[in-house]
Amino acid sequence: MPSYDAIVIGGGTNGLAAAGRLAKAGQKVLLLEGRAALGGGAELSHLINVLDDRVEKELQLAKHGLSYADDNVSTTALSPNGEHFVFGGSFGETLSGVSAAEAKAWSELRARLVAHAATLKPFKQMTPPRLAQKVGNDLVSLAKLGLGLRMRGKDALQDFLRLLLINVFDVLDDELTDDRLKGLIAHDTVLGAVMGPRSPNSLLLLLNRIAGGALKYPKGGVASVTVAMSKAITALGVEMRTGTPVKSLVIENDKVVGVIIGEERIDAKRVISAINPQTTFMKLVGPRHLDVGFVRKVEAIRMRGSVAKLNLTLKAAPDFRGANLRSRLVIAPSSKAVEEQFNFIKYSEFSPEPVMEIVLPSAFEGGAHRLSATVQFAPTAPEGGWGKAKPQFLKAIMKQLELYAPGIGKLVTDTELLTPEDIENQYGLIGGNWHHGELAVERMLFLRPFGGMAQYETPIRGLYLGGAGAHPGGGISGAAGWNAANHILKEKRG
Amino acid sequence: MKADLLHYERPLLHSPFHARTSALNKLNAWAPWGGYTTALALEDESMEYTAIRNQASVYDLSPMVKYRVTGTDASAYLDRVMIRNVAKLKVGQVHYTAWCDDDGKLLDDGTLFHFAEHEFLICCQERHLPWFRDAACGYDVEIEDVTTQIAALSLQGPCAFAVLEAAGFAKVAELKPFQIMSATFGKGMLRISRTGFTGDLGYELWTTPDQALAFWDMLFEAGKLFGIRAIGTTALNMARLEAGFIITNYEFVAAEQALRADRVRSPFELGLDWMIDWEKGHFNGRRALLHERDHKTSRWALVGLELEGNVSGEHSLIYHDKKHEVGHITGAIWSPSLKSSIALGMIERPYHFEKNANLWVEIYALRELQYSKLMVKAKVVPRPFFNPPRKRATPPGRF
Repeated sequence: MPSYDAIVIGGGTNGLAAAGRLAKAGQKVLLLEGRAALGGGAELSHLINVLDDRVEKELQLAKHGLSYADDNVSTTALSPNGEHFVFGGSFGETLSGVSAAEAKAWSELRARLVAHAATLKPFKQMTPPRLAQKVGNDLVSLAKLGLGLRMRGKDALQDFLRLLLINVFDVLDDELTDDRLKGLIAHDTVLGAVMGPRSPNSLLLLLNRIAGGALKYPKGGVASVTVAMSKAITALGVEMRTGTPVKSLVIENDKVVGVIIGEERIDAKRVISAINPQTTFMKLVGPRHLDVGFVRKVEAIRMRGSVAKLNLTLKAAPDFRGANLRSRLVIAPSSKAVEEQFNFIKYSEFSPEPVMEIVLPSAFEGGAHRLSATVQFAPTAPEGGWGKAKPQFLKAIMKQLELYAPGIGKLVTDTELLTPEDIENQYGLIGGNWHHGELAVERMLFLRPFGGMAQYETPIRGLYLGGAGAHPGGGISGAAGWNAANHILKEKRG
Repeated sequence: MKADLLHYERPLLHSPFHARTSALNKLNAWAPWGGYTTALALEDESMEYTAIRNQASVYDLSPMVKYRVTGTDASAYLDRVMIRNVAKLKVGQVHYTAWCDDDGKLLDDGTLFHFAEHEFLICCQERHLPWFRDAACGYDVEIEDVTTQIAALSLQGPCAFAVLEAAGFAKVAELKPFQIMSATFGKGMLRISRTGFTGDLGYELWTTPDQALAFWDMLFEAGKLFGIRAIGTTALNMARLEAGFIITNYEFVAAEQALRADRVRSPFELGLDWMIDWEKGHFNGRRALLHERDHKTSRWALVGLELEGNVSGEHSLIYHDKKHEVGHITGAIWSPSLKSSIALGMIERPYHFEKNANLWVEIYALRELQYSKLMVKAKVVPRPFFNPPRKRATPPGRF
């Protein structure tokens, strides 16, 4: 019976990061992935902007083959009549195609948002503080963060606190006039969330996104991040097994001592679950080992989807009315349009005129013409089921694409549409939710995945959460896995 | 009763025995209990108390909240909910138990009846269906509220057995405390358990509502010569205090109902920790209770007190050295059987034990419309206060 210091369940970005961090500290680590390939939900992305710098640097991903075809991808906000504008640099550092007055208004708003995002950013790289006393909060770091916020001055602090829980729609209406610009920012804010621009607290998601920095297109696509990470952690001695779903955990005396794979038992001192928290507790641990109130909280984690993924293979490059194809293309005519399209999923319907983000991998690195789009909004379970709704939704998407890129339909040779249901079935993202639990203010920091259970530890000794369901959430980041591993190492010393 | 009334407009329910209890209720002293109207006293609470200790008393138990638990995982399920080891409860037996929330704070206590391999009945003071059902996640088990489906009487007192014998249930003689037997009455079921809430010889009798009145009449006919008497809650409360029994929301606030964070209590604080089985595997609240045990974080302790003098200490505060407030009385009476003033008190540790030598109770005694403030000495004494051998004797005495 082999034995490890740690077993990491789930070979997505967070699982790889956690395994790498632990191996770097000298631990003997086994990583188990249920699917045939590593990377998890990363395949659903076509750009990255939140890859944790600790993961990138300390795992030496550049040395292991990660490089960028473009490390500052600009955005073209598409217009159906060719009046595009370009939102460039790190989240609109440069702006062309809008009036001078609008550009100035944006630059002022951007400066505020960037400063606030910078205030929040450090939290992403630490174990979230708890509100109780004597619980091992990192008081020094917290004091520094508090002082940093205070040092920004009274006005900045007031603005920060005012914006923290506000909706993005109102802020955009207050500060900007160009519908196209407002549409783009509203779209980016709610991407991956079950929120419309008018939903309370939506601005916080925008700050979260801005904290990520510039959009990047890795050479070989986002999959190359996974490849580089797996090479890096292999070099650090991590053993990996794919196609090996964990059936259950072995729990003895309230402590996890190993995992069961098929008929095989593998022992370990610790288990880090980087898969969905609901799956972890309800399937791998089982409710019998958990308290009733705890199970209630686990089952109450909201995991609705909102985004579908479209992959098209094309005969030739499409023409989005002259837009630069080597940029991120966004269809979001106005913040009102985004809100109105969001309305449909409240009633379990898909958006008839969806908003979307489009990337053409072929434009960045050649090869066969491909189009990848994240399409909003798609409910987890439409009335009558996806079987019936999927062809209709695809039709609505293609109609929208045709409006912005006339003739694109004729270029399509192959189509793949992944609904939230498909995403759940293929990637284990419950409800098709990107973050293993919706990202919203009431599910952030010490409330992620829920209050009382937010410091990567679980009621079962030796079992830790290190996936997107834990702080700070998903994205191709690895921060949650890295933080969880750090927490374990700190605990081990302490 | 009009069916279209909203729940808060509806009058309290009538127990299946209401036709009999209301005919006997000369005082018309009614109080709500679990959604039912229930008699506080019928004619004379002293005579009713006397019936418990000297004759045979009958108390209408029907409003008691009852849940039937069935399914192949029933035993494992109950072991996960309850602090006591349910695997040790044999078919045909009853035990007293309690259950906690995740923080190891008491939700309620009650009795658990084991009728058949996969069939149990929980009897308790408060309602817990959502809790019990949510706890069933992952178990093959069904939980049903059967409160209205069971009509129950508690027959208590030295002559309780004699009454049952006269009623034709002589086989009851074989029942040891906490055992159950089935019998027939009329066309339906009758279960008899040697249980009760008085600390005396006694039985609880469980039948169906359709048979309730016929059963009552039969019992009272059989008990005529043994001084059988219907009693209300006031007399029962006197007997339960003598027996040292606790009641949810008297001795502690049910954790799900407590609004103030410091009002909840753990089994350690109620003296129920003897029931906890640490070895049976996980049960709800185990981690929190283990922490409380190992870190000695219990703050309170329920104690039995004997007060000087003859004034009941109900609703009084407890002081150390007459100055420093250390707790309060949760229930107290002048005990007619013991001829002393007894009380249950919730006391901050360590005044319950290590520093219990100098305890005082401040009593506001109402004497002809004027309060006299008394400071009486209190002594911590073991519970139960009253524990006659006839309670346990098998076969039971006839008296």
